[in-house]
This record gives sequence, structure tokens and C-alpha cells, in this order.
Amino acid sequence: MALTPASIPSLWRLARLNFDPVRQQHVLLYPEGAMMLNESGAAILELCDGQRSISEIAKILDERYHCDVLADVTEYLSQLEEKEYIRVG
Amino acid sequence: MSGNRPTTLLAELTYRCPLHCPYCSNPLAMTGAEAELTTEQWMRVFSEARELGVLQLGLSGGEPLARKDLEVLADHAHRTGLYTTLVTSAVGLTRDRATALRDAGLEHIQISIQDSDPGTADRIAGMRAAHIKQEAAALVRELGFAFSINAVLHRANLDRIGEIIELAGSLGADRLELANTQYYGWAFENRRALMPTRDQVERAQAVADDAMRRYRGRMQIIYVLPDYYEAYPKPCYGGWGNNYLVITPSGQTLPCHGATHITTLRFDNVRDHSLDWIWRESAAFQAYRGDEWMKEPCRSCPRKAVDFGGCRCQAFALTGDATNTDPVCTLTPLRSVIDRALEEATGEPDYRYRYIHLESARNQSGALP
Repeated sequence: MALTPASIPSLWRLARLNFDPVRQQHVLLYPEGAMMLNESGAAILELCDGQRSISEIAKILDERYHCDVLADVTEYLSQLEEKEYIRVG
Repeated sequence: MSGNRPTTLLAELTYRCPLHCPYCSNPLAMTGAEAELTTEQWMRVFSEARELGVLQLGLSGGEPLARKDLEVLADHAHRTGLYTTLVTSAVGLTRDRATALRDAGLEHIQISIQDSDPGTADRIAGMRAAHIKQEAAALVRELGFAFSINAVLHRANLDRIGEIIELAGSLGADRLELANTQYYGWAFENRRALMPTRDQVERAQAVADDAMRRYRGRMQIIYVLPDYYEAYPKPCYGGWGNNYLVITPSGQTLPCHGATHITTLRFDNVRDHSLDWIWRESAAFQAYRGDEWMKEPCRSCPRKAVDFGGCRCQAFALTGDATNTDPVCTLTPLRSVIDRALEEATGEPDYRYRYIHLESARNQSGALP
């Protein structure tokens, strides 16, 4: 399904966002798999709490990084939704 | 050697198991309880695995619930930060044990089902277990575990793939692994009885594709292809010694659970070496890492970056040389051994059931206990 700025994303019930001290990197863990995250990916996923909309997430990151990230955030979460690691309400 | 860190450890805690499934991936020669690693040894191994970079731990077997210290091991794994899955038949998963495992931090339980039809499920398991699994599924849901069901598919149940999917859905699984039999261990021994026909495989694929769309967002369905019917081999665990390791009940450390087929390799033991040394330095883990070992047609093939030449264990088991191309590949003349095996897919299956002691296996072959 296509994600929009109004979509409210949350992590799949089975997924867990972790920081791996061995790799010094955030990872998304889920049954039988792990996805290594870069800093911006981790920053987005940390804000996916099932409460905030994508536009609200983007606004927080806009202020943090001083640039417009709405399109990038929507694109990134759409890719994860495609893999079923993200659910939207 | 590779600078990669492993992501996944499959810990085969024991070969003991109340079920006798003839497609078990465990080796034919299995060690008993007396040879198993101790609680302390497993705990050390889990800590070393996390330090080496492992993120995912599978507590498997045999039936891991046969280990009385399973809760202690799950607790330790959780403390190290591992995402832990219990791979179980559900036989022995009482409310007390399930609650203790949840309190220990176990996150994910995968229960095997043998068929949607209880009678045939019990026939393949060599035990009346189908009703136990239904009760265990409800318990796993109630306690809030992440819940997967695994069903191994073969000639006798492949036509019921639709019913198996519906059963998994009704049991409330978050994930369903539909795994066409891979021919290692007991499954290799029983290949003639397990091999589906091409018609079955094609019908099942259509049912699985449709179910994946229907269940999207509710139950994730993973369909493991029947590799004998594919044109190219499977990219076995992302290549040899790349991200996966298996430790047997007695501590032997393998790049994949089929590796004991390769009798020319000697696999080191965590009793003698650190996991870090085995991963980085041991001869067995370096044997087929990267692509230096490859012969033609793999060496010059662009697909070597996709499938890494396929499965080393299958190449050895079927051609006698682990550096050969996996004979599933239609680009090698070795493919004829697979095509001959496919012709065996006929008739009423006569299983050789999995038993720890081969003598009793022979005596019980074909009979329900």
C-alpha cells in the first residue's frame, strides 16, 4: 500500500530496534533476520511509535537536520512497509 | 579470510526428540545426552557469539525442550542481547515452561506442524502430536510471544498446502514458513519417499503465491522453494562461512547444518577453541569462503555473486566433490543426477523414521510406534 504523510507507521510486532555495540551500528531485528541501519534510518525508526504520522516524524527530523526530509522519510518507510517490517494505521 | 561477522547462530542443543520425522535435517549418526555440551559451555558459547557479532540465536535440536536447562540458556541469551527463537515441536511446552521462557526473555517461538490432517501429521511425526501443537499454539499466543509455524512440505502433504496455510492462519501465527524439503540428513536418506512430483510443485506454488497476497499484513508467509525443481541453486546462507553458523549438541561447529555430509572436512569443536577462532581461522570455515575454490562453470559465471555456486553440502553429497557446482544448476552437466532423482518421485512413501540409534531405526522403519 502507498504511504502518505498522514500514514501512522509502527514497527512490526515481531521487530525490535537495537543498537549493536559490536558493530557500533543500529540494527532492526526480527525473526530469522537482521537489517543493518545507517544513522538516518535509525533516527526515522526510533520515531515510529504508532502515534506520530509520517509528516510529524519528518517535522522532528527537519528541525534536527535543518532540511526538508518528508519525501525521503516517506520513501524509506514505504520500502520497509513493502518488506512488512513496518505497519501503518 | 573474510572480514564478515556472522549474524545467526543455530544452536542444536540436543538430538533427543520425541518425534521421528523422516525429513529431519539432523545427521543419521546422532549423539546422545551424554555427549551434549553443559549449561556452562553453552552459556560461554552464546556470550562469544554475541561478541563475534551474532544477532539471531535459534535454540533448536532435536527437541530443545528435552534440555532441562533451556530456561537458563534462554535467560543468558537474552542478557547478552541476542534475539532468540525457540525452534520446537511443542511437545513438552507446558504452561509452566512457556511462562518461564517468556520471563527469561525468549522472544520468538517457532512450532512445527506436520500436516493439516491430524492423522497424516501423526503418521509423518511417528507420534500422536497434532493435538499437542494446537494447544501449544494457543498458549504461545496468550503469552504474547512472536509466533511462527514451520511446515516441511513433501509428496504426502504438498497437495494440502492450502489447508496447511489456513490452519496456520487459524492458529494465529505471525509468520508461516512453508519449507519444501531440503535433502540433508534423514531427508536425504528418505528422498525417494519425500520427493514431490512436478505437477504438485506447480500447483503448490500457485496456492502459496495467492495466500501470500491474501495474508499480507496479517501473517507473513515464507515459501522455501523445492530446489531440485529450480533451474539455479539456492544461495545457501549467503555463501559458506559468510553470516551463519551451527553448533551441534556435542559442540562441533559447522558453516551450515548439512555440512556433516562433507566427510573430507574436519569441523572444530567449541570445547577446544573459541568461537572467534573457529569462525576466522579454522580450516573448515575457510574452505569454501569467497570464490577462490570455484571451478567452472561457476568461476566465470556472473551468477556466482548471486548464488555462490549453491550448496557445498549438496555438491558433495551428490557428486562426491564439494568444489563442484551444486548439481541443481542447469548450467552444469552434473544436473543429470538431480534429473534422475526427480524421476523417483512416485508411489506410496515408505519412510525410514528418525531414531538416535540406528538399530532401532531399522527395526521400526515404516511402523507407527
